[in-house]
Amino acid sequence: MRVVIAEDAVLLREGLAGLLERFGHTVVASVGDAPALVEAVTEHRPEAVVTDVRMPPGFTDEGLRAALELRAGNPGLAVLVLSQYVEQTYAAELLESGGGAGVGYLLKDRIGDVREFVDALDRVAAGGTVVDPEVVRQLLRRRRDPLARLTPREQEVLGLIAEGRSNASIGKELHVTEAAVAKHIANIFAKLDLPPAADGHRRVLAVLTYLKG
Amino acid sequence: MLNRTALEALTRRPLPFLASAWPWRGAAYLAASAVPGLAAGLVVAAVAAGTLVSTALGVVAGLAALAVAAVVVAPFERLRLRLVDAVPVPRVRNRRGREAALAVMTLFVLWWIDLIMLSVTIGGPVVLALTPVLQGELAPLAGVLSTVAGVLLLPVAAYTITAWGGARGAMARAVLAPAQSELSEVLRSRARLVDAFEMERRRIERDLHDGAQQRLVSLSMSLGLAGLDLPEGSEAARLVRQAHDEAKRALAELRELIRGVHSQVLTDRGLAAAVQDVAGRSPVPVDVDVELPGRLPAPVEVTAYYVVTEALANLAKHSGAARGSVTGRVERGTLVVEVRDDGAGGADPARGTGLTGLADRLAVVEGRLSLSSPPGGPTRLRAEIPC
Repeated sequence: MRVVIAEDAVLLREGLAGLLERFGHTVVASVGDAPALVEAVTEHRPEAVVTDVRMPPGFTDEGLRAALELRAGNPGLAVLVLSQYVEQTYAAELLESGGGAGVGYLLKDRIGDVREFVDALDRVAAGGTVVDPEVVRQLLRRRRDPLARLTPREQEVLGLIAEGRSNASIGKELHVTEAAVAKHIANIFAKLDLPPAADGHRRVLAVLTYLKG
Repeated sequence: MLNRTALEALTRRPLPFLASAWPWRGAAYLAASAVPGLAAGLVVAAVAAGTLVSTALGVVAGLAALAVAAVVVAPFERLRLRLVDAVPVPRVRNRRGREAALAVMTLFVLWWIDLIMLSVTIGGPVVLALTPVLQGELAPLAGVLSTVAGVLLLPVAAYTITAWGGARGAMARAVLAPAQSELSEVLRSRARLVDAFEMERRRIERDLHDGAQQRLVSLSMSLGLAGLDLPEGSEAARLVRQAHDEAKRALAELRELIRGVHSQVLTDRGLAAAVQDVAGRSPVPVDVDVELPGRLPAPVEVTAYYVVTEALANLAKHSGAARGSVTGRVERGTLVVEVRDDGAGGADPARGTGLTGLADRLAVVEGRLSLSSPPGGPTRLRAEIPC
């Protein structure tokens, strides 16, 4: 997969590039600020972008804004946003872009778990949605309607969906059969009033409901 | 007790007062009126000289001389005020105008009162004391008596001089900087302090983020990669995994620390998003209803954010509440933020520094804090900040 990396800390940028190349990806450009990111994507047309939230020139949320802008202009561009801390506002903005397909929001800490990190990037590139477990954990604390209607087990399953897990992976995590997972998910969709017609994106919609609290 | 003005010094006990420098400073202050006296003399001379040619020229020359004298006398007045008043005079708007007014007052009235005051209070006792010398034909007894009276009157003169010097200084201060300006100066200096702290927090956050955090992420990544290459089950793999776990824990702790120091989302997205964020991290579920017309001035946002963070921390620690809520609105130019919970109540500003600290922070932006927390609850904390 062809990837563009945007990260202003040189050490981390080089490390990320090395990491991704080791797992067989091609880093076509690695840049240090938001304008350069937009330029690199326009020039190289990568399949995925890995970007930091806070970047020069303003050191606010340039990276996130650039990512949203790029997704608006390049449907199908997968974006994995790395953040130094959990920020629900940013996660929600990101997931709302393009219906949440092909986006991920992870804490920088997760880069250390190299295999999981690369898996997350693959899931995002395959059109999946990945939300950091820490965001999920915070959201679980706020049991607001309609989420209050979910059983603890269903909330757990929803949390794992938010992490971009497949039914098989969820089953393995919770030590239940895939059929049981499917049943939980059907209950979640019903309780969150998500009609079967929207099937393809129902998982994303469920996560969005979740994020908006 | 610290005496910073001549008037304050008057309240000391007599001996320490008389032994102090204050009477001398008062005398020096009054004697310095010879300088504006000289300037006034030059103004009069200019008028007189001009009038010799024509009346109009006399007026013009007089006004010109007065203007020059005012410019010279004003800084002199400000300077000599330090003799009787060690408290710095705050900067105020229209400083030049106030100095000019003081200079005109001094030139026309004050200088000669000062000099008369000084010569009478000093001159009287001195003349009395020197009576035997000045009037040789006086009876010896009367001479001795008047000498004694003169010497005894000198301490009284010290009081008179210091009192007039102090009053004269208070008058000058009142013209140079009216009373409220000192209060607003205090408020401004507190606001500057808070700003400085805020800047410092941001700098620390930035340094941690750009330095320690990035290095730890890199370290964690290297350890993760190293773990891949080591044979499963080996001692080296175990140690690397242990180090990796430590690095991850350090990262998590650092993340919390950085967040506590400064809220980046507050800077980026404003109060509503930051409140949503901090409420999301509260262990007690908190409903957020903050609707604002847009971004508010930075000091207002920062103060309101601290109120909410502190209130939610208290809520989680002490209230025993099952649910809380935060509302925020701008009503008639005032940001009103309310934090409520359904807990046990009984929050007391007298205990602990949290609530007093909040009140102090609010005072800097001229805001108000009110708290209603009857035993048994509910607790309602309300902050109002003009914006």
